[in-house]
Amino acid sequence: MNAPLTAAALAAKDFKSDYKPVWCPGCGDYSVLSAITKALATLGLRPENVAVISGIGCSSRIPAYTTCYGFHGVHGRALPAATGLKAARPDLTVLVASGDGDGYSIGGNHFLHACRRNVDLTYIVMDNHVYGMTKGQPSPTTEPDWSSKLAPGGTGLREFHPLVIALASGANYIARGFSGDPNGCAALIAEAVRHPGFSFVEILSPCVTFRPEQREWKQAVRPSPVAPTDDPARAARRLMTDDGFNLGVLYKGSRPPFAGAPAAPTHAVQDLEKGFEL
Amino acid sequence: MSARSPAAAQAYDYAEFMARAYAIELEATERYAQFAEQMEAHNNPEVAALFRKLSGFEALHAKRILGEMGWVDMPALPPPLAWEGGGEGPETAPFEALHYLMQPYHALELALRCELQALEYFEGIAKRDVPAQVKAAALDMAAEERLHAALIRDWMQRVPPPAEGWDEDPDPPRMNE
Repeated sequence: MNAPLTAAALAAKDFKSDYKPVWCPGCGDYSVLSAITKALATLGLRPENVAVISGIGCSSRIPAYTTCYGFHGVHGRALPAATGLKAARPDLTVLVASGDGDGYSIGGNHFLHACRRNVDLTYIVMDNHVYGMTKGQPSPTTEPDWSSKLAPGGTGLREFHPLVIALASGANYIARGFSGDPNGCAALIAEAVRHPGFSFVEILSPCVTFRPEQREWKQAVRPSPVAPTDDPARAARRLMTDDGFNLGVLYKGSRPPFAGAPAAPTHAVQDLEKGFEL
Repeated sequence: MSARSPAAAQAYDYAEFMARAYAIELEATERYAQFAEQMEAHNNPEVAALFRKLSGFEALHAKRILGEMGWVDMPALPPPLAWEGGGEGPETAPFEALHYLMQPYHALELALRCELQALEYFEGIAKRDVPAQVKAAALDMAAEERLHAALIRDWMQRVPPPAEGWDEDPDPPRMNE
Protein backbone atom coordinates (compact mmCIF):
# COMPACT_ATOMS: atom_id res chain seq x y z
CA MET A 1 0.00 0.00 0.00
CA ASN A 2 1.28 3.41 -0.88
CA ALA A 3 2.14 5.78 1.91
CA PRO A 4 -0.20 8.76 2.13
CA LEU A 5 1.06 11.76 0.24
CA THR A 6 1.77 14.38 2.85
CA ALA A 7 3.77 17.51 2.27
CA ALA A 8 6.75 18.02 4.55
CA ALA A 9 6.71 21.15 6.68
CA LEU A 10 8.74 23.89 5.08
CA ALA A 11 11.45 25.99 6.67
CA ALA A 12 11.91 29.74 6.26
CA LYS A 13 14.66 29.18 3.68
CA ASP A 14 12.15 27.36 1.46
CA PHE A 15 10.36 30.68 1.01
CA LYS A 16 13.53 32.47 -0.16
CA SER A 17 14.22 32.57 -3.87
CA ASP A 18 17.59 32.32 -5.57
CA TYR A 19 17.57 36.04 -6.34
CA LYS A 20 19.91 37.84 -3.99
CA PRO A 21 18.67 41.09 -2.48
CA VAL A 22 20.47 44.24 -3.55
CA TRP A 23 19.45 46.45 -0.65
CA CYS A 24 22.22 48.40 1.08
CA PRO A 25 24.02 46.33 3.73
CA GLY A 26 22.49 47.22 7.09
CA CYS A 27 19.06 47.95 5.57
CA GLY A 28 16.11 46.91 7.71
CA ASP A 29 14.38 45.33 4.73
CA TYR A 30 16.65 42.26 4.95
CA SER A 31 15.19 41.63 8.34
CA VAL A 32 11.62 42.09 7.09
CA LEU A 33 12.24 39.55 4.33
CA SER A 34 13.54 37.15 6.97
CA ALA A 35 10.47 37.85 9.13
CA ILE A 36 8.06 37.19 6.26
CA THR A 37 9.68 33.86 5.40
CA LYS A 38 9.74 32.80 9.05
CA ALA A 39 6.09 33.75 9.46
CA LEU A 40 5.05 31.75 6.38
CA ALA A 41 6.98 28.72 7.63
CA THR A 42 5.44 29.05 11.08
CA LEU A 43 1.96 29.22 9.57
CA GLY A 44 2.63 25.97 7.72
CA LEU A 45 1.85 27.56 4.37
CA ARG A 46 3.31 26.58 1.03
CA PRO A 47 4.73 29.05 -1.51
CA GLU A 48 2.22 28.05 -4.18
CA ASN A 49 -0.62 29.11 -1.89
CA VAL A 50 0.79 32.55 -1.12
CA ALA A 51 1.04 35.68 -3.26
CA VAL A 52 3.19 38.70 -2.39
CA ILE A 53 2.11 41.89 -4.12
CA SER A 54 4.09 45.11 -4.12
CA GLY A 55 4.33 48.56 -5.65
CA ILE A 56 7.57 50.45 -6.23
CA GLY A 57 10.47 51.24 -3.96
CA CYS A 58 13.21 49.42 -2.07
CA SER A 59 10.67 47.51 0.03
CA SER A 60 8.68 46.53 -3.04
CA ARG A 61 11.49 44.32 -4.30
CA ILE A 62 10.41 41.67 -1.79
CA PRO A 63 8.19 39.51 -4.05
CA ALA A 64 11.19 38.55 -6.22
CA TYR A 65 13.10 37.42 -3.18
CA THR A 66 10.45 34.89 -2.18
CA THR A 67 9.41 31.63 -3.79
CA CYS A 68 5.75 32.63 -3.52
CA TYR A 69 3.75 33.96 -6.41
CA GLY A 70 4.48 37.63 -6.77
CA PHE A 71 3.48 40.78 -8.56
CA HIS A 72 5.78 43.81 -8.62
CA GLY A 73 3.18 46.34 -9.64
CA VAL A 74 2.72 50.01 -10.30
CA HIS A 75 3.83 52.71 -7.87
CA GLY A 76 1.26 53.03 -5.06
CA ARG A 77 -1.06 50.47 -6.62
CA ALA A 78 -0.13 47.31 -4.75
CA LEU A 79 -3.34 47.33 -2.70
CA PRO A 80 -5.79 47.48 -5.64
CA ALA A 81 -3.93 44.63 -7.33
CA ALA A 82 -3.92 42.61 -4.12
CA THR A 83 -7.60 43.34 -3.48
CA GLY A 84 -8.49 42.12 -6.96
CA LEU A 85 -6.43 38.99 -6.50
CA LYS A 86 -7.93 38.15 -3.12
CA ALA A 87 -11.47 38.77 -4.38
CA ALA A 88 -10.88 36.47 -7.33
CA ARG A 89 -8.82 33.86 -5.44
CA PRO A 90 -9.96 33.89 -1.80
CA ASP A 91 -8.11 30.60 -1.29
CA LEU A 92 -4.74 32.35 -1.54
CA THR A 93 -2.94 34.02 1.34
CA VAL A 94 -2.16 37.48 0.03
CA LEU A 95 0.58 39.65 1.52
CA VAL A 96 1.17 43.19 0.34
CA ALA A 97 4.59 44.84 0.72
CA SER A 98 5.11 48.56 0.55
CA GLY A 99 7.07 51.51 1.89
CA ASP A 100 6.09 54.83 3.37
CA GLY A 101 6.35 56.65 0.04
CA ASP A 102 4.63 54.02 -2.04
CA GLY A 103 1.99 53.24 0.56
CA TYR A 104 1.15 56.57 2.16
CA SER A 105 1.80 59.13 -0.57
CA ILE A 106 1.37 57.76 -4.06
CA GLY A 107 -0.82 54.96 -2.75
CA GLY A 108 -2.37 56.91 0.12
CA ASN A 109 -5.89 56.90 -1.24
CA HIS A 110 -5.80 53.15 -1.85
CA PHE A 111 -4.64 52.67 1.73
CA LEU A 112 -7.81 54.34 3.06
CA HIS A 113 -10.12 52.29 0.90
CA ALA A 114 -8.33 49.01 1.50
CA CYS A 115 -8.84 49.57 5.25
CA ARG A 116 -12.50 50.44 4.60
CA ARG A 117 -13.15 47.40 2.40
CA ASN A 118 -11.58 45.07 4.95
CA VAL A 119 -10.57 42.44 2.43
CA ASP A 120 -8.56 39.65 4.07
CA LEU A 121 -5.08 40.95 3.24
CA THR A 122 -1.91 41.47 5.27
CA TYR A 123 -0.35 44.82 4.46
CA ILE A 124 3.29 45.18 5.53
CA VAL A 125 4.70 48.67 5.25
CA MET A 126 8.43 49.14 5.75
CA ASP A 127 8.61 52.68 7.08
CA ASN A 128 11.97 54.48 6.97
CA HIS A 129 10.64 58.04 6.75
CA VAL A 130 12.34 58.68 3.41
CA TYR A 131 12.25 57.85 -0.30
CA GLY A 132 15.40 55.73 -0.34
CA MET A 133 15.33 54.34 -3.85
CA THR A 134 15.15 57.79 -5.42
CA LYS A 135 17.96 59.27 -3.30
CA GLY A 136 16.43 60.62 -0.14
CA GLN A 137 13.44 62.86 -0.71
CA PRO A 138 11.16 63.43 2.30
CA SER A 139 8.21 61.06 2.46
CA PRO A 140 4.84 61.48 4.22
CA THR A 141 6.28 60.15 7.48
CA THR A 142 9.44 62.30 7.43
CA GLU A 143 9.80 64.56 10.44
CA PRO A 144 8.99 68.21 9.59
CA ASP A 145 12.42 69.44 10.67
CA TRP A 146 14.55 66.81 8.90
CA SER A 147 16.85 68.98 6.85
CA SER A 148 18.56 67.73 3.72
CA LYS A 149 19.91 69.12 0.50
CA LEU A 150 16.63 68.20 -1.12
CA ALA A 151 14.53 69.86 1.60
CA PRO A 152 16.70 72.51 3.28
CA GLY A 153 15.41 73.30 6.75
CA GLY A 154 12.92 70.45 6.50
CA THR A 155 9.50 70.36 4.91
CA GLY A 156 7.80 71.99 7.90
CA LEU A 157 4.91 69.62 7.26
CA ARG A 158 3.28 67.51 9.93
CA GLU A 159 3.95 63.79 9.52
CA PHE A 160 1.31 61.35 8.34
CA HIS A 161 0.17 59.04 11.16
CA PRO A 162 -0.51 55.75 9.38
CA LEU A 163 -1.78 53.76 12.35
CA VAL A 164 -4.33 56.41 13.27
CA ILE A 165 -5.47 56.64 9.65
CA ALA A 166 -5.72 52.85 9.43
CA LEU A 167 -7.90 52.71 12.55
CA ALA A 168 -10.16 55.53 11.40
CA SER A 169 -10.52 53.90 8.00
CA GLY A 170 -11.52 50.48 9.32
CA ALA A 171 -8.43 48.25 9.39
CA ASN A 172 -9.15 45.15 11.46
CA TYR A 173 -5.67 44.53 12.90
CA ILE A 174 -3.01 47.14 13.53
CA ALA A 175 0.51 46.40 14.72
CA ARG A 176 3.96 47.92 14.71
CA GLY A 177 7.25 46.06 14.56
CA PHE A 178 10.92 46.95 14.34
CA SER A 179 13.30 45.38 11.85
CA GLY A 180 15.95 45.02 14.57
CA ASP A 181 13.77 42.23 15.95
CA PRO A 182 13.06 39.93 12.98
CA ASN A 183 11.46 37.21 15.08
CA GLY A 184 9.21 39.74 16.77
CA CYS A 185 8.17 40.98 13.32
CA ALA A 186 7.59 37.39 12.19
CA ALA A 187 5.24 36.83 15.12
CA LEU A 188 3.29 40.01 14.27
CA ILE A 189 3.03 39.02 10.61
CA ALA A 190 1.91 35.48 11.44
CA GLU A 191 -0.78 36.85 13.72
CA ALA A 192 -1.81 39.38 11.08
CA VAL A 193 -2.26 36.61 8.51
CA ARG A 194 -4.35 34.59 10.95
CA HIS A 195 -6.56 37.56 11.84
CA PRO A 196 -9.46 37.91 9.40
CA GLY A 197 -9.89 41.09 7.41
CA PHE A 198 -7.44 43.83 6.53
CA SER A 199 -4.37 43.56 8.74
CA PHE A 200 -1.87 46.39 8.77
CA VAL A 201 1.66 45.84 10.07
CA GLU A 202 3.93 48.86 10.07
CA ILE A 203 7.58 47.91 10.44
CA LEU A 204 10.12 50.55 11.35
CA SER A 205 12.91 49.67 8.94
CA PRO A 206 15.91 52.01 9.04
CA CYS A 207 17.39 53.40 5.84
CA VAL A 208 21.05 53.30 6.77
CA THR A 209 22.11 55.17 3.64
CA PHE A 210 19.90 58.26 3.66
CA ARG A 211 18.86 58.23 7.33
CA PRO A 212 21.89 56.73 9.11
CA GLU A 213 20.70 58.27 12.37
CA GLN A 214 17.87 55.70 12.31
CA ARG A 215 20.38 53.10 13.54
CA GLU A 216 19.53 54.65 16.91
CA TRP A 217 15.92 53.49 16.64
CA LYS A 218 16.89 50.33 18.46
CA GLN A 219 17.34 52.45 21.57
CA ALA A 220 13.99 54.20 21.06
CA VAL A 221 11.67 51.26 20.45
CA ARG A 222 9.91 49.51 23.32
CA PRO A 223 7.14 46.94 23.72
CA SER A 224 3.75 48.61 23.96
CA PRO A 225 2.95 49.00 27.66
CA VAL A 226 -0.68 48.01 27.17
CA ALA A 227 -2.38 44.89 25.85
CA PRO A 228 -4.09 44.95 22.44
CA THR A 229 -7.63 46.27 22.51
CA ASP A 230 -10.67 45.53 20.37
CA ASP A 231 -12.24 48.85 21.32
CA PRO A 232 -11.66 51.39 18.51
CA ALA A 233 -12.22 54.36 20.84
CA ARG A 234 -9.58 53.14 23.28
CA ALA A 235 -7.22 52.30 20.42
CA ALA A 236 -7.74 55.80 18.99
CA ARG A 237 -6.76 57.41 22.27
CA ARG A 238 -3.64 55.26 22.44
CA LEU A 239 -2.61 55.86 18.88
CA MET A 240 -3.21 59.60 19.00
CA THR A 241 -0.74 59.88 21.87
CA ASP A 242 1.68 57.32 20.49
CA ASP A 243 5.23 58.53 19.75
CA GLY A 244 5.75 56.02 16.96
CA PHE A 245 8.02 53.67 18.89
CA ASN A 246 5.57 51.43 20.77
CA LEU A 247 5.80 47.92 19.35
CA GLY A 248 3.30 45.10 19.27
CA VAL A 249 -0.32 44.56 18.40
CA LEU A 250 -2.13 47.82 19.05
CA TYR A 251 -5.63 46.98 17.83
CA LYS A 252 -7.51 43.80 16.99
CA GLY A 253 -10.99 44.40 15.66
CA SER A 254 -13.83 42.01 15.01
CA ARG A 255 -15.35 43.53 11.89
CA PRO A 256 -16.26 40.74 9.46
CA PRO A 257 -14.02 40.74 6.40
CA PHE A 258 -15.26 41.43 2.91
CA ALA A 259 -16.83 38.22 1.69
CA GLY A 260 -17.95 39.08 -1.81
CA ALA A 261 -17.62 36.16 -4.16
CA PRO A 262 -16.54 36.85 -7.72
CA ALA A 263 -19.63 37.51 -9.83
CA ALA A 264 -20.56 35.01 -12.49
CA PRO A 265 -19.27 36.16 -15.89
CA THR A 266 -21.88 37.95 -17.96
CA HIS A 267 -19.86 37.93 -21.18
CA ALA A 268 -17.60 35.41 -22.84
CA VAL A 269 -13.99 36.52 -23.18
CA GLN A 270 -14.26 36.07 -26.94
CA ASP A 271 -17.19 38.51 -27.04
CA LEU A 272 -15.20 41.08 -25.08
CA GLU A 273 -12.24 40.64 -27.41
CA LYS A 274 -14.49 41.30 -30.38
CA GLY A 275 -15.26 44.71 -28.93
CA PHE A 276 -11.60 45.64 -29.23
CA GLU A 277 -11.15 44.48 -32.79
CA LEU A 278 -9.95 47.17 -35.18
CA MET B 1 12.58 45.31 21.53
CA SER B 2 13.31 41.84 22.77
CA ALA B 3 16.50 41.22 24.67
CA ARG B 4 19.05 38.52 23.91
CA SER B 5 18.84 37.05 27.37
CA PRO B 6 21.36 34.32 28.03
CA ALA B 7 19.08 31.55 29.13
CA ALA B 8 15.64 30.40 28.20
CA ALA B 9 12.90 30.31 30.77
CA GLN B 10 11.77 26.80 29.93
CA ALA B 11 13.45 23.57 30.97
CA TYR B 12 15.23 21.43 28.39
CA ASP B 13 15.83 17.76 28.03
CA TYR B 14 19.10 16.75 26.39
CA ALA B 15 17.73 16.26 22.88
CA GLU B 16 15.97 19.62 22.96
CA PHE B 17 19.09 21.30 24.22
CA MET B 18 21.10 19.82 21.37
CA ALA B 19 18.38 20.76 18.87
CA ARG B 20 18.61 24.35 20.11
CA ALA B 21 22.41 24.25 19.90
CA TYR B 22 22.04 23.02 16.34
CA ALA B 23 19.54 25.77 15.56
CA ILE B 24 21.99 28.35 16.90
CA GLU B 25 24.75 27.13 14.60
CA LEU B 26 22.42 26.80 11.62
CA GLU B 27 21.02 30.30 12.03
CA ALA B 28 24.56 31.70 12.29
CA THR B 29 25.60 29.73 9.20
CA GLU B 30 22.73 31.16 7.18
CA ARG B 31 23.20 34.71 8.43
CA TYR B 32 26.92 34.81 7.60
CA ALA B 33 26.13 33.39 4.16
CA GLN B 34 23.57 36.18 3.66
CA PHE B 35 26.18 38.72 4.74
CA ALA B 36 28.65 37.27 2.22
CA GLU B 37 26.04 37.69 -0.51
CA GLN B 38 25.43 41.30 0.53
CA MET B 39 29.13 42.08 0.41
CA GLU B 40 29.48 40.37 -2.98
CA ALA B 41 26.57 42.46 -4.30
CA HIS B 42 28.33 45.60 -3.09
CA ASN B 43 31.76 44.71 -4.44
CA ASN B 44 33.46 44.12 -1.12
CA PRO B 45 35.06 40.75 -1.95
CA GLU B 46 37.49 40.67 0.95
CA VAL B 47 34.78 40.91 3.59
CA ALA B 48 32.53 38.64 1.54
CA ALA B 49 35.22 35.94 1.61
CA LEU B 50 35.59 36.36 5.36
CA PHE B 51 31.86 35.98 5.95
CA ARG B 52 31.87 32.87 3.74
CA LYS B 53 34.64 31.44 5.91
CA LEU B 54 32.71 32.22 9.10
CA SER B 55 29.60 30.63 7.59
CA GLY B 56 31.63 27.53 6.79
CA PHE B 57 32.93 27.30 10.35
CA GLU B 58 29.42 27.54 11.78
CA ALA B 59 28.22 24.89 9.31
CA LEU B 60 30.95 22.54 10.54
CA HIS B 61 29.81 23.06 14.13
CA ALA B 62 26.23 22.32 13.11
CA LYS B 63 27.31 19.19 11.29
CA ARG B 64 29.25 18.02 14.31
CA ILE B 65 26.14 18.28 16.47
CA LEU B 66 24.24 16.15 13.97
CA GLY B 67 27.05 13.58 14.13
CA GLU B 68 27.20 13.58 17.91
CA MET B 69 23.47 13.04 18.16
CA GLY B 70 23.36 10.44 15.40
CA TRP B 71 20.82 12.55 13.57
CA VAL B 72 20.98 11.90 9.85
CA ASP B 73 18.95 14.96 9.08
CA MET B 74 17.78 18.12 10.70
CA PRO B 75 16.04 17.40 14.02
CA ALA B 76 12.68 18.87 14.89
CA LEU B 77 13.84 22.34 15.70
CA PRO B 78 12.32 24.53 18.34
CA PRO B 79 9.85 26.93 16.77
CA PRO B 80 11.72 29.75 15.06
CA LEU B 81 9.87 32.35 17.08
CA ALA B 82 10.65 30.74 20.42
CA TRP B 83 13.99 32.33 21.22
CA GLU B 84 13.93 34.30 24.40
CA GLY B 85 11.63 37.27 24.12
CA GLY B 86 11.27 36.69 20.37
CA GLY B 87 14.88 37.66 19.64
CA GLU B 88 17.18 35.72 17.37
CA GLY B 89 19.61 32.99 18.36
CA PRO B 90 22.54 34.15 20.51
CA GLU B 91 25.14 33.54 17.79
CA THR B 92 23.21 35.31 15.04
CA ALA B 93 24.68 38.61 13.91
CA PRO B 94 22.10 41.36 13.43
CA PHE B 95 21.34 42.59 9.92
CA GLU B 96 21.90 46.19 10.90
CA ALA B 97 25.55 45.57 11.80
CA LEU B 98 26.70 45.80 8.20
CA HIS B 99 28.14 48.67 6.19
CA TYR B 100 29.05 48.37 2.52
CA LEU B 101 32.54 49.75 3.19
CA MET B 102 33.20 47.62 6.25
CA GLN B 103 36.58 45.97 6.57
CA PRO B 104 37.66 42.49 7.73
CA TYR B 105 38.36 43.87 11.19
CA HIS B 106 34.71 44.94 11.52
CA ALA B 107 33.51 41.51 10.44
CA LEU B 108 35.74 39.87 13.04
CA GLU B 109 34.53 42.28 15.72
CA LEU B 110 31.00 41.23 14.85
CA ALA B 111 31.89 37.53 14.93
CA LEU B 112 33.57 38.00 18.32
CA ARG B 113 30.46 39.64 19.71
CA CYS B 114 28.37 36.70 18.51
CA GLU B 115 30.72 34.11 20.00
CA LEU B 116 30.62 35.92 23.34
CA GLN B 117 26.82 36.04 23.25
CA ALA B 118 26.75 32.29 22.59
CA LEU B 119 29.22 31.74 25.43
CA GLU B 120 26.98 33.71 27.78
CA TYR B 121 23.95 31.73 26.60
CA PHE B 122 25.51 28.32 27.26
CA GLU B 123 27.03 29.41 30.57
CA GLY B 124 23.60 30.65 31.58
CA ILE B 125 22.06 27.25 30.90
CA ALA B 126 24.84 25.42 32.74
CA LYS B 127 24.17 27.55 35.83
CA ARG B 128 20.51 26.58 35.91
CA ASP B 129 18.83 23.62 37.50
CA VAL B 130 18.98 21.36 34.44
CA PRO B 131 19.65 17.63 34.01
CA ALA B 132 23.31 16.66 34.47
CA GLN B 133 23.64 15.66 30.82
CA VAL B 134 22.38 19.07 29.70
CA LYS B 135 24.67 20.84 32.15
CA ALA B 136 27.71 18.90 30.88
CA ALA B 137 26.79 19.58 27.26
CA ALA B 138 26.22 23.28 27.98
CA LEU B 139 29.64 23.51 29.64
CA ASP B 140 31.21 21.80 26.60
CA MET B 141 29.51 24.23 24.27
CA ALA B 142 30.58 27.16 26.43
CA ALA B 143 34.19 25.93 26.35
CA GLU B 144 33.99 25.65 22.59
CA GLU B 145 32.62 29.19 22.24
CA ARG B 146 35.38 30.46 24.53
CA LEU B 147 37.93 28.83 22.26
CA HIS B 148 36.30 30.36 19.18
CA ALA B 149 36.38 33.78 20.81
CA ALA B 150 40.10 33.35 21.54
CA LEU B 151 40.77 32.30 17.94
CA ILE B 152 38.92 35.34 16.63
CA ARG B 153 40.87 37.62 18.97
CA ASP B 154 44.09 36.11 17.56
CA TRP B 155 42.81 36.61 14.06
CA MET B 156 42.06 40.25 14.83
CA GLN B 157 45.70 40.74 15.79
CA ARG B 158 46.67 39.84 12.23
CA VAL B 159 44.18 42.19 10.57
CA PRO B 160 44.80 45.93 10.45
CA PRO B 161 42.26 47.92 12.42
CA PRO B 162 40.31 50.35 10.27
CA ALA B 163 41.79 53.78 9.78
CA GLU B 164 39.81 56.87 10.69
CA GLY B 165 37.37 57.75 7.94
CA TRP B 166 37.06 54.16 6.71
CA ASP B 167 33.43 54.79 5.86
CA GLU B 168 34.09 57.86 3.72
CA ASP B 169 33.13 57.21 0.13
CA PRO B 170 34.48 59.59 -2.54
CA ASP B 171 31.48 58.68 -4.66
CA PRO B 172 28.73 58.25 -2.09
CA PRO B 173 25.27 57.01 -2.87
CA ARG B 174 23.72 59.85 -0.91
CA MET B 175 23.27 63.36 -2.23
CA ASN B 176 21.31 64.98 0.55
CA GLU B 177 23.94 66.21 2.99
